[in-house]
Amino acid sequence: MSHAEQQSRSLEEVKISFQDVTKRFRVREGRTVSEFTAVEGVNLDVRPGEFMAVVGPSGCGKSTLLDLLAGLSEPTSGQILLDGKPISGPGLDRGIVFQQYALFPWRTAQANIEFGLEAKGYGVKERRDWARHYLELVGLAGFENRYPHELSGGMKQRVAIARSLAFDPEVLLMDEPFAALDAQTRESLQAELLRIWERTGKTILFITHGIDEAVYLGQRVAVMTARPGRIKRIVDIPIDKRSEEEDIRSGAEFGALRHEIWSELRTEVQRSQALRQELGSGSGTKKAR
Amino acid sequence: MSLNKALAAGGLAGGKADVGGAAVVGARIKAASAKVVRSTAAIAGLAAIWELAPRLGLVDATFLPPLSKVIEAWWELAVSGALLEHFQASIMRSVSGLLLAIAFAIPLGLAIGYYKPAAAFLNPLLELFRNTAALALLPVFILILGIGETSKVSIVLYACSWPILLSTVNGVRNVDPLLVKSARSLGISPFKLFLKVILPASLPSVFTGIRLAGASSILVLIAAEMVGAKAGLGYLINYAQYNFQIPEMYAGILTISALGLLINQGLIAIERKFSGWKTGPDR
Repeated sequence: MSHAEQQSRSLEEVKISFQDVTKRFRVREGRTVSEFTAVEGVNLDVRPGEFMAVVGPSGCGKSTLLDLLAGLSEPTSGQILLDGKPISGPGLDRGIVFQQYALFPWRTAQANIEFGLEAKGYGVKERRDWARHYLELVGLAGFENRYPHELSGGMKQRVAIARSLAFDPEVLLMDEPFAALDAQTRESLQAELLRIWERTGKTILFITHGIDEAVYLGQRVAVMTARPGRIKRIVDIPIDKRSEEEDIRSGAEFGALRHEIWSELRTEVQRSQALRQELGSGSGTKKAR
Repeated sequence: MSLNKALAAGGLAGGKADVGGAAVVGARIKAASAKVVRSTAAIAGLAAIWELAPRLGLVDATFLPPLSKVIEAWWELAVSGALLEHFQASIMRSVSGLLLAIAFAIPLGLAIGYYKPAAAFLNPLLELFRNTAALALLPVFILILGIGETSKVSIVLYACSWPILLSTVNGVRNVDPLLVKSARSLGISPFKLFLKVILPASLPSVFTGIRLAGASSILVLIAAEMVGAKAGLGYLINYAQYNFQIPEMYAGILTISALGLLINQGLIAIERKFSGWKTGPDR
């Protein structure tokens, strides 16, 4: 079954569903306990096999959204459904790729990838075979025995991606995974990720603050508002990246979409800056008293 | 590590000059030998001063005999077998005290670091004990346990436990939260999380504690042997000083330095084996 077929067949199905999700944190500042809303009333549906990118100004609660979906924290209100069932905690049906790689420094590349397989209860040989397979998939065959400190940033992130893919989750959650990389490495990893996504057919929720990255990778791009984070708009990206060999980033359609999202985001970035300044001066007067 | 660096630097210099293979090898040998000279120069200098200063009358040769006299005395002690006896007595006490401390303090430290309430409850007590010099308690140990082996091993155990305990607690507390989060996101049990993430992540800090403990094990032991013992390097030094056998006294001191180096190098070797992944380029 081709990807397009799979896509159209599942157009009506929903893999991940955020339903009116709100998350508030209690912050203790001296004696006063204030509440702060990270995300509010988020509604977002992701289809099976879809590549959904989420962009937003910094501090808009993108990562909170991901933590909630990963089951690492619970929403204050609303619910998140995975295959129609509410999420009850972390699990091997979701794999996370972090910005700072989060590789275990005492494990080799292969042993890092085996980590999730150990949690799944696989035997030694099976683990090794799968780890090798996924190392090859991310283009790191022959690097099995390297420790993370012996790998470049891009290679580390490849290992991290392989680790999250290895235990075969249905959903891949990526939290600004390429933000710490240099521009060239980032571009090549973006292309690689699209290729991997095609080959594995995973549902991917990709969080980023880069508009180019979101437009390049996503089939749809969800734009978030400044704090508290809400979904402002969802932009369809009708560009077919898979068949493209040329530089699609320089195409007119790409430029138009990029500008559209940029305009949506600009007002939010300004708002979040204003908000921060306001907060800054507010706490300043508090201290002065 | 440092030798490698010197070799790499030598190779780099050779590459820059764009010379042939023989010249590169030559440059490497040069760089390596320069490194050896650099690392031994200070010790050789000290040895030279020790030898010459008493001979030139800069210091009283009675209180600081020339190094050659000290080495002579050391050799006599070694040949007679007395040195080995004292050395064995000391190393047995310090190593068994250290091993007992490792067996006792690491599990305790892991537990205290992992359970926050335990840490909050025990921390004031730990601070109190840590800041009580172990040697101040030596009379108490002798009073309760006598002047035999038990009191000596016990004081070493006591002195070694604190650095290991505190480093272990610290190591567990300072595990990168991202690694914990990453492992937790896979839904693994708290026990597995502890075994597979917390424990290996805190191992380097534990080893730092063990090395500190290794140093203090000798310090405390020598002092304990000086107070009441019939064998051991501390006893040898004290006895030699009472009997005005000054070269023998210095021979004992040199042996203690060697013992300290030996224990430290041994611990470093073990550390390398267990946390080899940490010897990165940034070290």
